Amino acid sequence: MAEAILQVRDLVKYFPLTRGIVFKKQIGAVKAVDGVDFDLFQGETLGIVGESGCGKSTVAKLLMRLEEPTAGRILLKGEDITRLSGKALKAVRRNIQMVFQDPYTSLNPRMTVGDIIGEPFEIHPEAAPKGERRRRVQELLDVVGLNPEYINRYPHQFSGGQRQRIGIARGLALNPEIIICDEPVSALDVSIQAQVINLMTRLQKEFNLSYIFIAHDLSIVRHISDRVAVMYLGKIVETGDEEQIYEHPTHPYTQALLSAVPVPDPSRREGRERIILAGDVPSPADIPSGCRFRTRCWKAQERCVVEVPLLAVPPHLRESGGPAAHDSACHFAAERDCAATAG
Amino acid sequence: MDTLLDVRDLHVEFRTRDGVAKAVNGVNYSVNAGETLAVLGESGSGKSVTAQAIMGILDSPPGHITRGRIFFQGADVLSLHREARRVLRGARMAMIFQDALSALNPVLSVGDQLGEMFVVHRGLSRRDARARAVELMDRVRIPAARQRVGDYPHQFSGGMRQRIMIAMAMALEPDLIIADEPTTALDVTVQAQVMELLAELQREMRMGLILITHDLGVVADVADKIAVMYAGRIVETAPVHQIYQRPAHPYTKGLLDSIPRLDQKGQELYAIKGLPPSLLRIPPGCPFHPRCPMAQEVCRTDEPPLYEVGPKRGSACHFWKETLGG
Repeated sequence: MAEAILQVRDLVKYFPLTRGIVFKKQIGAVKAVDGVDFDLFQGETLGIVGESGCGKSTVAKLLMRLEEPTAGRILLKGEDITRLSGKALKAVRRNIQMVFQDPYTSLNPRMTVGDIIGEPFEIHPEAAPKGERRRRVQELLDVVGLNPEYINRYPHQFSGGQRQRIGIARGLALNPEIIICDEPVSALDVSIQAQVINLMTRLQKEFNLSYIFIAHDLSIVRHISDRVAVMYLGKIVETGDEEQIYEHPTHPYTQALLSAVPVPDPSRREGRERIILAGDVPSPADIPSGCRFRTRCWKAQERCVVEVPLLAVPPHLRESGGPAAHDSACHFAAERDCAATAG
Repeated sequence: MDTLLDVRDLHVEFRTRDGVAKAVNGVNYSVNAGETLAVLGESGSGKSVTAQAIMGILDSPPGHITRGRIFFQGADVLSLHREARRVLRGARMAMIFQDALSALNPVLSVGDQLGEMFVVHRGLSRRDARARAVELMDRVRIPAARQRVGDYPHQFSGGMRQRIMIAMAMALEPDLIIADEPTTALDVTVQAQVMELLAELQREMRMGLILITHDLGVVADVADKIAVMYAGRIVETAPVHQIYQRPAHPYTKGLLDSIPRLDQKGQELYAIKGLPPSLLRIPPGCPFHPRCPMAQEVCRTDEPPLYEVGPKRGSACHFWKETLGG
């Protein structure tokens, strides 16, 4: 893992809040993404976890350039793609593809499976010559474990898990290097989730893909990710490799999140210490000063109100050199034994 | 212990244009006062339809109860008159739905909706009902209840809306609560708050609780006993501790094995092959046989009964001994 294939630097997305119809006046902003940095390396999976409204899906849309960032830079193999448009943007998009959450609404019900998977070739005709497209689509169906003879069927003739396979085949059509998966299995039944996760792992090895895997199911993220970033109210609050985050979390939010996950083992019902956070996530239009988690944090002190904690290895943990020494945006970052998820 | 609810050999079918969908095929379960029964199953397993039949809110047509009986506190509710059924519902049994936003009325304030329970069932005046609504909101720990009682559902967050649903279900202190995926739409941190609240109120009021879910984690946290459903049948039933350690049905075992575990990091997850069957065409014999790693000839022809495999344990598998052992 040498060169990062994707680098994100200080990415910001504010949605303006306006009042008035004729004379629009901006009265505030929803700070959906508020300064996010991360790297994605070739062939790895970066998991992004967080509660709804934390900005993880907005990050995905920004990476796809489906939303224009307010500020910040996205570098694909060293090239800044943040301001690209027209032909140059089209070329970049070939390389970054997306798999969506809901396989029921993300496939056009009036198109056949062949047309859905082949549509990327209409937009990027250079990817496959016209005569070869049908064969290529059948190949893709085979790769994702569907019968190539299904090419003329419609989405409603498939189950949820099969539809998600169609979505994945469409994502693979242009041989991208990066696939962004936004909650790819959360709409599926439990017995089907494992099938789709196994497929994604297999494809990653086969095609050396890099995944950004956005999900709220912490045990699935743990299974598939090499590194994990935890988001809260538009910012990454902690990041590290899978073991650092799940076994040695130092940010109170990560600790609370992990302790809230129900463990499928009734014998651990008693004695398991849980952190139950008070209240709800504050509105991203009105972010608390200083540390944005302080309003729900049991460790919050005066310092947290005035000073924004930076995402870095906390100095008092650096000396230890152990797994607790990883990026954590908390003034009082410390390890704490919270029964990890899905042990 | 006194049996609160007893469902016996319940069959429900939906008569649709494409044919008859057999949603529930001979379900038996019972709940005692103060007990939590978790009904575990995937979409289409019949877990919610059973609940709707118990509550008497089945869409009919197309839904029809074709066989079976439901006893609630000893009375056969299916033979009750419509009006008697309505009095039962809300006052003595209540339901919490998954999606609070669509279950609450968007054009009535939450105070009006909570108060309506007292006006209709208890004959309270509007003003008294309002006061009771505030009490209820306090009880489910909605901050600033007095100020927020006039707010509309969309003005609350998802977790708060689910608390209002719980408040509404608890309003008349029913004996039985059916919670259909109460936390599925919520984030984990909020899910933990809501489940804790629900468990606490249940303990206080000694209610029976049927928790319908697909989440093995939530079940492990709160249930006393479990019924696993597949294709409209109960395939395994057991006290909660035993089922996680030693499942007696290959379907339960498959579900447990497909949970990502630490020591399997980087390996293939165990996956149950194939798909759940269409309810229009449930396979003959054991409905799980096309997906079952242990299936033999007998599974294709003979539907297994719910064998007694231990004290208070049942498994609808011809090879439950082998499943328990392996």
